[in-house]
Amino acid sequence: MSSSDLIMYEEEFSRIDEELQKLYVQTNAMVVFLVDKNGQLIASAGDTSDIDTTSLASLTAGNIAATGGIARLLGEKEFTILFHEGEKENIHISLIGQRVILVVIFDKRSSLGLVRLRVKKASEAFVKIFSDITSKSEKVKSSDSFDESPFAEISDEDIDNLFK
Amino acid sequence: MSFINYSSREINCKIVYYGPGLCGKTTNLQYVYKKTNPDQKGKLISLATETERTLFFDFLPLALGDIKGFKVRFHLYTVPGQVFYAASRKLILKGVDGVVFVADSQIERMEANIESLDDLRINLAEQGYDLDKLPYTVQYNKRDLPNIAPVESMNKLLNPREVPYFEGVAVTGPGVFETLKNVAKQVLTELKKHY
Ligand SMILES: Nc1nc2c(ncn2[C@@H]2O[C@H](COP(=O)(O)OP(=O)(O)OP(=O)(O)O)[C@@H](O)[C@H]2O)c(=O)[nH]1
Ligand SMILES: [Mg+2]
Repeated sequence: MSSSDLIMYEEEFSRIDEELQKLYVQTNAMVVFLVDKNGQLIASAGDTSDIDTTSLASLTAGNIAATGGIARLLGEKEFTILFHEGEKENIHISLIGQRVILVVIFDKRSSLGLVRLRVKKASEAFVKIFSDITSKSEKVKSSDSFDESPFAEISDEDIDNLFK
Repeated sequence: MSFINYSSREINCKIVYYGPGLCGKTTNLQYVYKKTNPDQKGKLISLATETERTLFFDFLPLALGDIKGFKVRFHLYTVPGQVFYAASRKLILKGVDGVVFVADSQIERMEANIESLDDLRINLAEQGYDLDKLPYTVQYNKRDLPNIAPVESMNKLLNPREVPYFEGVAVTGPGVFETLKNVAKQVLTELKKHY
């Protein structure tokens, strides 16, 4: 398994959640998401009941991956911000620390300027949280203290049961 | 790269279907989608051309059930098989946990199968993965057609490592779940080794 597996513990998760909530309030956004670069939703704030968050996460990551590919063709390292303007809703996508993607969906109750400003602030906080997560999972991996691991006692039967 | 969330108690794994153009990758996902309970699946998203060739990827999220109180989710992706979409294929492979290689059993597609398998190996290596160490399953698809190569000769050409392989007819279903189940099992077994 790749060394870049993302392992999220309660503590960091609530820090992330807190930052997202803050951003959501400060930007007056409709909804904010944090997505892993591979398209997996990490957390969200705001009303997501009308949104297919799983699809949105995967497409956002595809979008970032595609523009990242374009960037490299042009000799840029990466485009870190994408902005799409719709008739009513806009979406601001930014890449944070090469690892996670922050998505802000907003309408006319907010503005691009405001979103930009707040996203920049929030990004710094997220970079810190994710570097903490990385060092924590490295520590856990090397220390053999897998007491909470759900995998230690996984049986073939458990796996078979998934496909019943 | 799997994503293990101790807070929401979820495990997410990414499985990529690879193979030459028209071998039946998208059809595999469509069949899985069709046969899975509504509460266990999300939308099947296909970014395709007007002629239904995959342009960027197909995506199907599955939430099959729990293991030890953790919700296990598999995110299935297909790559675009056409040769000139090489750049997109590389992107989809990022963070992969397990690979299904779908081979087209028709004799005239053997060349394309071999080429695609080489392409897979190279693209994985570019991201620092070794195909020989990754959870990996092979499917010989289109077994319903008349002009197909015998399984033994396909194994020789495409599966020298003798990983698990399945004969498939993705349009009607045989082999589809067997393949998925096998790769999923390998992925989870791999996780077990590391955590
Ligand atoms: N006879 C037969 N046809 C199949 C089978 N599986 C797929 N097909 C057909 O093959 C064609 C191509 O299938 P797709 O699933 O779109 O192929 P793909 O691998 O996704 O192709 P790309 O997106 O171009 O990479 C379709 O017309 C399918 O109906 C099979 O097992 N038997
Ligand atoms: Mg396809």
